[in-house]
Amino acid sequence: MRKTYDMKEILSGNEAIARGAYEAGVKVACAYPGTPSTEILENTIRYPEIDSSWATNEKVALEVGIGACFTGARALVTMKHVGVNVAADPLFTLSYTGVRGGLLLVTADDPELHSSQNEQDNRNYAKFAKVPMLEPSDSQECLSFTRLAFEISERYDTPVMLRTTTRISHSKSVVEFGERLTDLPAPALVKDPSKYVMLPGNARGRHYVVEDRMVTLSKDGCSMPINRLELRDTKIGIITAGVSYNYVREVLPDASVLKLGMVHPLPFDLIRDFASKVDRLYVVEELDPFIEEQVKAAGIAVTGKEILPICGELTPGRIRKAFGLPESEESAVEKLPGRPPNMCPGCPHRGVFYTLNRLKAYVSGDIGCYTLGFMPPLSAMDTCICMGASIGMATGAAKVLPPEERKKVVAVIGDSTFLHTGVNGLIDMVYNKGIATVIILDNRITAMTGRQDNPASGHTLMDSPTNAIDFPMLCKAIGVQHVRTINPLDLRECKKVISEEMERPETSVIITDKPCVLIKREGVFSRGKVLTVKEETCVGCRTCLKIGCPAIEWVPGTEGKRGKAFIDPLLCNGCDVCRQLCNFSAIQEDI
Amino acid sequence: MSDKITNILLVGVGGQGILLAAEILSETCMLAGFDVKKSEIHGMSQRGGSVVSHVRYGKQVFSPIVPEGEGDLLFGFELMESYRSLTLLKPGATVVANDLCIPPPSVLIGQEPYPAHLADKIARRFPDLILVDGQQLAIEAGNARTANTVLLGAVSKRLDIEEKFWLESIERMVPKKALAVNLKAFEIGRSLA
Repeated sequence: MRKTYDMKEILSGNEAIARGAYEAGVKVACAYPGTPSTEILENTIRYPEIDSSWATNEKVALEVGIGACFTGARALVTMKHVGVNVAADPLFTLSYTGVRGGLLLVTADDPELHSSQNEQDNRNYAKFAKVPMLEPSDSQECLSFTRLAFEISERYDTPVMLRTTTRISHSKSVVEFGERLTDLPAPALVKDPSKYVMLPGNARGRHYVVEDRMVTLSKDGCSMPINRLELRDTKIGIITAGVSYNYVREVLPDASVLKLGMVHPLPFDLIRDFASKVDRLYVVEELDPFIEEQVKAAGIAVTGKEILPICGELTPGRIRKAFGLPESEESAVEKLPGRPPNMCPGCPHRGVFYTLNRLKAYVSGDIGCYTLGFMPPLSAMDTCICMGASIGMATGAAKVLPPEERKKVVAVIGDSTFLHTGVNGLIDMVYNKGIATVIILDNRITAMTGRQDNPASGHTLMDSPTNAIDFPMLCKAIGVQHVRTINPLDLRECKKVISEEMERPETSVIITDKPCVLIKREGVFSRGKVLTVKEETCVGCRTCLKIGCPAIEWVPGTEGKRGKAFIDPLLCNGCDVCRQLCNFSAIQEDI
Repeated sequence: MSDKITNILLVGVGGQGILLAAEILSETCMLAGFDVKKSEIHGMSQRGGSVVSHVRYGKQVFSPIVPEGEGDLLFGFELMESYRSLTLLKPGATVVANDLCIPPPSVLIGQEPYPAHLADKIARRFPDLILVDGQQLAIEAGNARTANTVLLGAVSKRLDIEEKFWLESIERMVPKKALAVNLKAFEIGRSLA
C-alpha cells in the first residue's frame, strides 16, 4: 500500500470513498468490518485528521457517528449490507432528529453473495427509514458523491446513505482528487432537546418534518446534476444507476439513458419528462425492482423485471440476453474439480471442528472463517444465520430437546463475532438457565475480513495499544459457572474438555487460546516445527486427510503400491494436529 | 487512440499474488494514457479459493468486468484455473499460463485426480499459448518469489503498451529492495513471448 497520493490515481470504490470523506472534512469515521465495505476504514487511517475506529458492531458504529455529528462534526459510518440490519434501530430515529454536522452511512451491498449470507437490497432501507440515498457508478463518483452526501446531509438536515455494491467497492478506476475542506465549524456542545430527544411529543412533530423533507428532495432531485439525462436514440430509454449504468452503456451504447445518482427519493418529474421523450422505457437495476415499482406506481409504463433477473448481479451478458441481443458463444470446458476456500494450514479452528465431527455434535454456527468448518471433510456445522446467532439458537434448540439430543447442541463463535452480538446471547442463556455448550474460538483477530483488530486483540484500528478483553473473566462476570480454556491444537484436550462440557446439564463456555496463523504483529503467532511424512512408515491409512489441511496431499500409489500422504514443507505451519492423528508415528518433525 | 477495449483476465488461486499483478497491470495502462478499470472479488477467495481479476483498458471503459466470452488475453497463475477460465475468452485469444499445478481440496484428500494434459488441451483450443515455467525462471532471476513478474513480462510483450510504462509502474509498485530482481524477472518474461 502506498503512503502518498498523486492528484490522479487508480483507486477502488472503497479507497475513493475514504478520500472523499477526507476531502469533505470528516472528523470521525467508524465501522464494523464486513466484505465488501472493510477497506473504507482501512484507508481513512491514512489521514491523521480523521479519527478512525472499529466499533464492536454496526449499531455502535452508527451511534458513535451520531454522537459526533450532533456536536457539529462530519461523520462517516460504513458497513456491509447486513450490518444495516444491526444499525437499523438508531438509523430510523436519526432520520427524525436529523443531523448537525453531516452524517453519511455507507452500505456496501453484495449482489451474487460473493461473501455474504443473503442478497438483500439496501435501497429499501432508504425508503423505509425515509433518508436520501446516493449510488455511484465508479470510483470517481464514489469520491464526488461522498463529498456531495455531506452537503446534502447538512442542507436538508438528514442522514444520507450511499450504496455501493461489490463491483463498485472492489473495482478500481481512475480518480482525480480535490482538496480537504478546512472552513467547517468547530465541534461544540449545543443543546436542542426538542430536536434531539425523541420522546413521543417531540418525535410526532419531527415526522412531519421528515415527510416534507422527502418531498422537497424529490423535487430538487430533478435539477441535481447527479441525476443526468443522456439523450441519444429515443427508441429505447433506460433508467439505471450504480454499476448497471456501465453495463447499459457497454451493451446498448446508442440508447437514451436517465442515470440516477440519487436513487431515493426518485425525481418523478424528471422521470416523467424522460418517459415522454422515448418510445419505450426500461429500468435496468440489480436485485429488487426498487425503481421500477415506484415508476409503475406513478402511472408510468415501464419494463424491468419482466426481462431482467431479480437474483444475482447483472453482467453485460445478462443484459444482452434480456434485450434479445446476440450472445457470444460460451466455449464450455468439462467439469473440473472445484476450488472452494479452505481454512489455512495450522488454523487453530481445525482441531475443534474435527473433534465436534467425531463427537457428532449439532453445531450452532456463526459468521467468520470458521464457517468453513461446514466444508468436508470436517463437515461440522449445522446452522449459520447471522452475526451472533449461534448462542441464542443453541438456547432455543436446547429448550425443547430431550436430554440425549440436547447435549449434542454446541454453539461455536469467534472472538470478534462474540463481542459483536454474541455476548447478549450468552447473557440470555445464563439468565434463562439455558443448557448448552458455547465454544469461543478466540484467535485474537477478525480474520475473515482480512485481520482487523477488535476489542480482544489489544490494539485499535489506528494501531495504538489498548485494553484486551479477558474472555474467561467476562464469562464469569456474566454468571457462567463453568468456563474452561483449552489449547485447540491438542486433540486429546479438545476431546476431553468438549465431551465433558457437552455432558454437563448447565451453561458452559470453552475458550480456545491459539492465534490466527495470518497475524503478522510480532509475538502473536509463531510457526511450529514443520512436519514430514516418513515414507517408509506411512501405511496409507488416510487418517491424516480427515482434517482437510491444505498442506497434506494424498499421493496415489503406482504399480500396485499403496498411496501415501505427503506434507508440503512450504505450506506446513507445524500445528502438530496431523501428527496426533497418526497411529503409526509416520508424521515427524522435518529434520 | 482507437475505440478498442482490451480485455484481460488474471486467474489463479487465492494467495498467489494475483491482485498485486493486476494492480501493476492497471497502473501501467493508466501511465500509458488509457482509461482503465479493474475488478475482482476478495473475501472468501482469500482462503485458497479460485480468484478471477478483470482488467480492461482503452479510450473509455464502462463495465469493470469483461463481458462474457470477450477476453482477449488470459493471464493464468495456475494450470487448472487457466483451463477453467477458457470459457471467458474470445476465439483466437492469447493465453499466458504458468506451468504450475496447485491441487484443490478434493485432490488433496484423494477423492479425484488432478486433471491431466491441461497444457495440451489449452493449446488445442487457443494455439497462441505461452506456457511459462514461472517458478524455475524466477529462481534464475534470483528470487523464487518473482514468478508473477516473469509472467507479467511475457504478458507485456502481447499488449500494445511501451516497455517504459511497464518499468515505471514496477518501480512504483514494488518495494525498493526487491526492485532489481523484479526487473530482471520481467526481462526474462519478455524474452519468452
